[in-house]
Amino acid sequence: MSATPATSSLPQENRLRSLVDFYVTTMRTAVQQQFQYRAATYMYLVGMVAEPVIYLVVWSTIADQSGGTVGGLSAGEFAAYYIVWTLVRTMNIVFTPYGWESRIREGELSGQLLRPLHPIHYDLAWFAGGKIPWVLFYLPIAVVLTLVFNPTFDVRPLEVVVFGVAVWGAYLIRTFNQTALGLICFWTTRVGALFQLYIALELLLSGRLVPLTLFPEWVQTVAWFLPFRWTFYFPIQTLVGDLTNAELLGGLAMQVFWTVVGIGVFSLVWRHAIKRYTAVGN
Amino acid sequence: MTTLRVALLHLRIGVMNDLQYRVNFALQVLQSALALATGLIVIALVYSHVAELNGWSQSELLAVLGTQILMGGVIRMLIQPNMMRLTEDVREGKLDHALTKPVDAQMLVSVREVQVWQAVDIVLGATVITVALVRLGGDLGVFDALAFAVALAFGAVMLYCFWLLLATGSFWIVSMWFLPELFEGVFQTGRWPVGIYPGWLRFGITFLVPIAFAVTVPAEAVTSRLEWQTLLLAAGFAAALFAFTRWFWRFGLRNYTGASA
Repeated sequence: MSATPATSSLPQENRLRSLVDFYVTTMRTAVQQQFQYRAATYMYLVGMVAEPVIYLVVWSTIADQSGGTVGGLSAGEFAAYYIVWTLVRTMNIVFTPYGWESRIREGELSGQLLRPLHPIHYDLAWFAGGKIPWVLFYLPIAVVLTLVFNPTFDVRPLEVVVFGVAVWGAYLIRTFNQTALGLICFWTTRVGALFQLYIALELLLSGRLVPLTLFPEWVQTVAWFLPFRWTFYFPIQTLVGDLTNAELLGGLAMQVFWTVVGIGVFSLVWRHAIKRYTAVGN
Repeated sequence: MTTLRVALLHLRIGVMNDLQYRVNFALQVLQSALALATGLIVIALVYSHVAELNGWSQSELLAVLGTQILMGGVIRMLIQPNMMRLTEDVREGKLDHALTKPVDAQMLVSVREVQVWQAVDIVLGATVITVALVRLGGDLGVFDALAFAVALAFGAVMLYCFWLLLATGSFWIVSMWFLPELFEGVFQTGRWPVGIYPGWLRFGITFLVPIAFAVTVPAEAVTSRLEWQTLLLAAGFAAALFAFTRWFWRFGLRNYTGASA
């Protein structure tokens, strides 16, 4: 483009720079907030770790009982799965529909709509910033889990690189899906029921509850065609599983696909939703 | 006597307040049904790979799941709302108001809130236990049923104490928003008989967070595998924990300086 539109007050490159500035500042604020309440943050993470530890213990017991492996996985592989699971879960913390519920009910959104940036940028930046302290807090937990449960890892450098990309892909998919759900609050202020259904589906079909290979074949097929699998099972498998290069890249491609779908659905819902918004508060 | 009357009155007001919001009942039913479905799928998945888990058959594990759901309902209906209100009141300086009342403060902060619709989980849990018992042959002795009820009561007392100990912590640590998540996470360990966990964890969820007493022990009673010594231990531990909690609450109150004018 040779000329900027006359309506835009800022040249294109300055707009990009201020967007970057906004992200950096918001992320920094998030980091500081999380460190300020570090005891509370830590307790929250400990509560979250209980979930994988339970699954890990149950499935290791079953693997030991049935002669070393269950569904082709040994106790050590289950340990590796759930230790990486915890990191992926940490990276997958996003703004929930409950947040949208209170944001709309309490009129907080009115102020955010006045800003020149779409509110989604704030959520993306804030929760991206939160990842830094959360992952730091995760590290000692990972060390303890590793010492207690003896995971078996066999990781190639490329897998680490793909993992680094895939956790952010998962973050984007989950953010846009949950934001689209959250926007339903423009029609009803009780999004809880739908969100619970979403979480139940995610638990079963994402690999959050158990590695998907433990499910019957048809469940695995269904899961392949849904977004959930690409937010948990795929990132975990990049480190834990034995994926070929083609599978690694194919998985990333699926993540791009679901991110685009997520942005599409979100934009569509947003356009209709925002018309319905009548301000509460000031 | 006055104490009891005040407690009952508070509960009645809480119930009436919550009964206004009827849609919440439907939402609670849906939420409980989803949680139950997930739990059942996991159990089905486990037993598609093994015939028994650490000596527990599928129907016996169903009894554990039912007990955990029932106890979870009790906590979220009666205990957790009160304890979260206590931590919020401390933070916002409203607790002073409750402390000036001429009744026992510990009693008062324990009865001010009730979330009626959580009773759905109590009913659902009882139903799951019943189904498990029918599948197990249905010859539950009077003694087992009695032991179940007693073990459940001890378990509820212990979890109440545990919650109050944590909530009393808000006299020192003001930000306590994470408590429900933390407890919910740890309480999920109760879905499985405590015996499958490694020693350190078993100790933790027996004596630090008394989940084993609250879920596994009643489930043992209802599946006729409880030894009377365990029940005795539960009684002793419940009494000791209650006494300690009472002391800790008073200790916390002495350190509380108040936040309002």
